[in-house]
Amino acid sequence: MENKEEIKLLKGNEAIAHAAIRYGVDGYFGYPITPQSEVLETLEALMPWETTGMVVLQAESEVAAINMVYGGASSGKAVMTSSSSPGVSLKQEGISYIAAGELPALIVNVMRGGPGLGTIQPSQADYFQAVKGGGHGDYHLIVLAPASVQEMADFVGLGFDLAFKYRTPAMILADGVIGQMMEKVVLPPARPRRTDEEIVALCPWAARGKFGRKQRNVSTTLELDPQAMEKNNIRLQETYRRIEAGEVRFEEYMTEDADYLIVAFGCMARICRKAIEDARACGLKVGLLRPITLWPFPTEAIKALSGQVRGILVAELNAGQMIDDVRLAVEGRTPVCHFGRTGGIVPNPQEVLNALCKDFNVEMEDAK
Amino acid sequence: MTKEEIIAAGGTKVAAKPRLLMDVNMHYCPGCSHGVVHKILAEVIDELGLEDSAIGVAPVGCAVFAYNYIDVDWVEAAHGRAPAVATGLARLNPDATVFTYQGDGDLAAIGTCETIHACNRGENIAIIFINNGIYGMTGGQMAPTTLEGMKTSTTPYGRRVDLNGYPLKITDLVKELDGTCYVTREAVHTPAAVRKAKAAIRQALMNARDKKGTSFVEIVSTCNSGWKMSPDKANKWMEENMFEKYPLGELKNTVNPK
Repeated sequence: MENKEEIKLLKGNEAIAHAAIRYGVDGYFGYPITPQSEVLETLEALMPWETTGMVVLQAESEVAAINMVYGGASSGKAVMTSSSSPGVSLKQEGISYIAAGELPALIVNVMRGGPGLGTIQPSQADYFQAVKGGGHGDYHLIVLAPASVQEMADFVGLGFDLAFKYRTPAMILADGVIGQMMEKVVLPPARPRRTDEEIVALCPWAARGKFGRKQRNVSTTLELDPQAMEKNNIRLQETYRRIEAGEVRFEEYMTEDADYLIVAFGCMARICRKAIEDARACGLKVGLLRPITLWPFPTEAIKALSGQVRGILVAELNAGQMIDDVRLAVEGRTPVCHFGRTGGIVPNPQEVLNALCKDFNVEMEDAK
Repeated sequence: MTKEEIIAAGGTKVAAKPRLLMDVNMHYCPGCSHGVVHKILAEVIDELGLEDSAIGVAPVGCAVFAYNYIDVDWVEAAHGRAPAVATGLARLNPDATVFTYQGDGDLAAIGTCETIHACNRGENIAIIFINNGIYGMTGGQMAPTTLEGMKTSTTPYGRRVDLNGYPLKITDLVKELDGTCYVTREAVHTPAAVRKAKAAIRQALMNARDKKGTSFVEIVSTCNSGWKMSPDKANKWMEENMFEKYPLGELKNTVNPK
């Protein structure tokens, strides 16, 4: 591994593995599931324990993997796991504990179609699960939605930085397209893992053995006194308000003069960019807003654009999930319609455009 | 005479509260085995000089608050997940001595998968397993180790194997796994048994410290509240019934073979 920037042709899943080692991640715990098994496979092949000392372990289940993450995170280490939809359902108990314990961790979900065992083809149907809670209790994850292999790599570092800054778990919510497709990716220079001294300084709360510390550290999520438990909840909510105020990320594409807006994330945003180019070639001014953070959601940006456009199409690989958050942002100022495919079907740009024309009764003779 | 008066009169202190046992009221019922096991665990951690390096993993069950009683770093796990949490801690903190403290429902029902696989990987951890044949905290329901015919709130007419299956001898099971280096079954119902149990916990923590593999110490215990018996009668009932199914003694020791 090079101590400088490196350009490679990688699958999105492979990029996650390379980026994790280069970020200085302390531990990865995973379990095979399509379409994300390349994360674990790549890590095992790269043998980072020989170079950075990073721990890589194939757990007996997704449940065990997330609880290994909980243990590692409790000791102040930078730890992560990855899975795909059915596996991420199994992790929800552990994710709730990590959020409640105010612990930093990174969880990657390379979504496949559901519900149930579903399909191994791409999907975005876990939006609700990732953004609205997933596990039990009042908590949020910082949810990053990559739309390229480059962002798969970049969001490993960003996810950990945010997780440690706010002491809360972050999730990379990718889809099977982004996980499996290959693109050129610029990998950042490698940096060493944090030293024990750095962990003690950064995470004075870490339960890693007292080693001379006077006060012991206990990582727990249990509090039977209702007054104290409500205080814990209020503290969590205060953290979430700070994240909402400071960490909203999104990308706009051709929105300045747009008469219609498409809101899409992940691979659907890539498809919609092409649809917008095709629409503009036919004289129809369409723009794109791509949420990069699904939570916190770019509510204000969508609200601002909702006064400008004649209609908003929310395009997702699901039956209509993010559209709820778009509607809450728009508050009825302009019509909001949905285009979605499910079951692992990835639409082409023409389908998106046809939906837009039909929903908003737009004539576009040349758009074929 | 008060303690102070006895000491002032030249009395010799022969026993004391372990230094690492915290000065708080325990929530355990009088007569319960947890108190004794906590005491010897706190003593062993201190005697081995592990106060700084020990990380305990608490279960869900009566011992959920174990972290309130022993003055070391702790992580409180989800129900049954302690061996996975301990795996993460031990793998990422090789200088630490990691142990779990779990009851029978936690370890042998909901956490069976994590227990078996942590033991099979030979994680460098010590597992202390309290087997009292019942769910204490939730009010006395059937545990995987509940004896045949034993009455609990979910087997009010006694455990029937045709309905509920057989008592699970999970300690015999983990003995067979190549990852375990030390497997023993103890009790704390007599001073002699307490001494043996303490030696077992000492051996287990030393093995975890020295990275010898997984150590597994079952403590056959009483739950006099759940069993609806006096502490004295519970001890007697345990000797007469539990020890038949769960006989005491060392099952495996590859570190110090006899």
